Amino acid sequence: MAPPPADSAAPEPSPEWWLGERSTSPRRRLVDAIASAWMIGAVALALVPLGLVLGYVVIKGASIVSWSFLSNNLPVITQFPGGGIWPAIGGTVLVTAVAALMAIPLGVLAAIYLNEYGRQQPLARVIRFMSDVMTGVPSIVMGLFVAMIWVSSGLHQGYSTFAGSLALGCLMLPIVIRSTEEMLKLVPDDLRQASDALGARRSRTVARVVIPAALPGIVSGSMLAIARAAGETAPLLFTIFGAQRVLQTNLLHGTNTTLSVVIWQNAQQPFPAAQDRAWGAGLTLIALVFLCTMVARFVSARFSTLET
Amino acid sequence: MTAPTVSRRSSDVWGDRVFRAVALTAGLSVLAILALIAFVTTKQAWPIFRRDGFAFITGTKWDPTNGKFGALPFIYGTAVSSVIALVLAIPLSLGIALFTNELAPRRLRRPVIYAIDLLAAIPSVVYGLWALAVFERPARTAYQAIADTVGTLPGLGRLVGGNASGASFMTAGIVLAVMITPIVTAISREVLATVAQDDKNAAIAMGATRWEMLRMCVFPRVRSGLVGAVMLGLGRALGETIAVALVIGSSHQITSHLFKSGDSMASVIAHEFPEGQSDPTHRAALIGLAVVLFAFTILVNVAARWIANRTTEQAGASA
Repeated sequence: MAPPPADSAAPEPSPEWWLGERSTSPRRRLVDAIASAWMIGAVALALVPLGLVLGYVVIKGASIVSWSFLSNNLPVITQFPGGGIWPAIGGTVLVTAVAALMAIPLGVLAAIYLNEYGRQQPLARVIRFMSDVMTGVPSIVMGLFVAMIWVSSGLHQGYSTFAGSLALGCLMLPIVIRSTEEMLKLVPDDLRQASDALGARRSRTVARVVIPAALPGIVSGSMLAIARAAGETAPLLFTIFGAQRVLQTNLLHGTNTTLSVVIWQNAQQPFPAAQDRAWGAGLTLIALVFLCTMVARFVSARFSTLET
Repeated sequence: MTAPTVSRRSSDVWGDRVFRAVALTAGLSVLAILALIAFVTTKQAWPIFRRDGFAFITGTKWDPTNGKFGALPFIYGTAVSSVIALVLAIPLSLGIALFTNELAPRRLRRPVIYAIDLLAAIPSVVYGLWALAVFERPARTAYQAIADTVGTLPGLGRLVGGNASGASFMTAGIVLAVMITPIVTAISREVLATVAQDDKNAAIAMGATRWEMLRMCVFPRVRSGLVGAVMLGLGRALGETIAVALVIGSSHQITSHLFKSGDSMASVIAHEFPEGQSDPTHRAALIGLAVVLFAFTILVNVAARWIANRTTEQAGASA
């Protein structure tokens, strides 16, 4: 085989180079052009709502977000301007953080079972399949479920931050499991065998070799799960209730509120002040969610050692 | 030949067993949560199922003050808004997936994928806020213009005629379409990537245009996988609550007119559960809706995953 020519670093020629050849009939070329136009048009069309939504949130939100808006308590009467969203920011962080503390360890352990122990056993396949299915369970059903087992009956705790965290944790769990398992799959078996050959037990191999190798991917997957949970509204309505004006720091007792719930409540009111508040909370929420997403991307791009 | 024995501390052996058991328990928690959801919601909804039986699902009247609970208007609203979402999202998502996998120059692929993923990162309540505050008014003008021009035709009149409302099945469907596009695109891309490059090159070498290559060599192999992708999108659309609750209009009617307001299962739960809890029958009926919704989404998701997994596994086995 002759060595490749020196200019092989140039991008490979795309197949359309010969579309201009005369052997292809005009009709076939037209159909092909229409198909290409459809693909390009689809991308362009999808970018329209992205630009519009982000544009409105940034412009309308920026006109109200200020230090006092971010640091004050929620107003008693939403009809008039004034007040802030500090309790909702605190609530969002608290509810999501507690959910993450429950869902991430559980999800990582479950992924370890699936990839390091269960592999292709029937039970592992069932669990893998059902966690995929669980990502599709509507968030409002999760909220109702937690409301029933934790808020209104059985354990009878009333509305609480913890109940909201339970609901968000249920939503995050399958996402953490599947993204972690994908990362564990990428850890080369050579590493496991090397560790085995040194006499390490499986648990030691997992803790000292597999998890460290996959850690950037696990962190980035978990951050994406956190980003998804932080924006959720439906599961919180029946668990933290949302009628809270000052920062709630008691996890187990008392209502709480979040940015998403503040948007939901204010968006439905006709008053301009409430609408403004909703946009301001929207900008703050999107900033928080995008921050998590960017941290995820940064971690996986900067620290990842595994080939994807 | 006997393997050399390695002495191990017994604490190590036990540690390993305990670790395995803990990991297994974590895995089983998924099954436990799903089973608990099914059990607890069905149990709490039992009073309404026992009282109304099958009439709960077929009943068309939802009137909490008079104790009438028929779920059909909400099942209908969920179905109509989801179908609109699919009709809009399928060509959009497939087009995007084909663009990133087949058409786009290499350096454009990543930015486009990021942008589409960004659509999924926007919280659903923000979509709802935008649709309610910004989109609804121009949408009504557009709907009314459509209703006035083609609404008088015999067939179309039933779908788009009459007075249009900004908060409607159509608005909910459009918002849902935007929201499910990222997941349908992502799974479609995965499925499209299973077709071997050699096969595509062969088709091109035989003189096929890109479209002919896709139509004859790619689509037949990925058809079932794409069906799986679309059904996953359907699963998301069925369960989406907040954005729909803000723009569907909250009126309990069954009508073929797409520009009129209605309500969906998830949306009515979000609106009525906080107050409806005090009346035990109302509460059971709302939980009954959640049971129906849960059953629908589980069925759709199980079917979708089964189909999508089969496609990618077959590709993996033959590669």
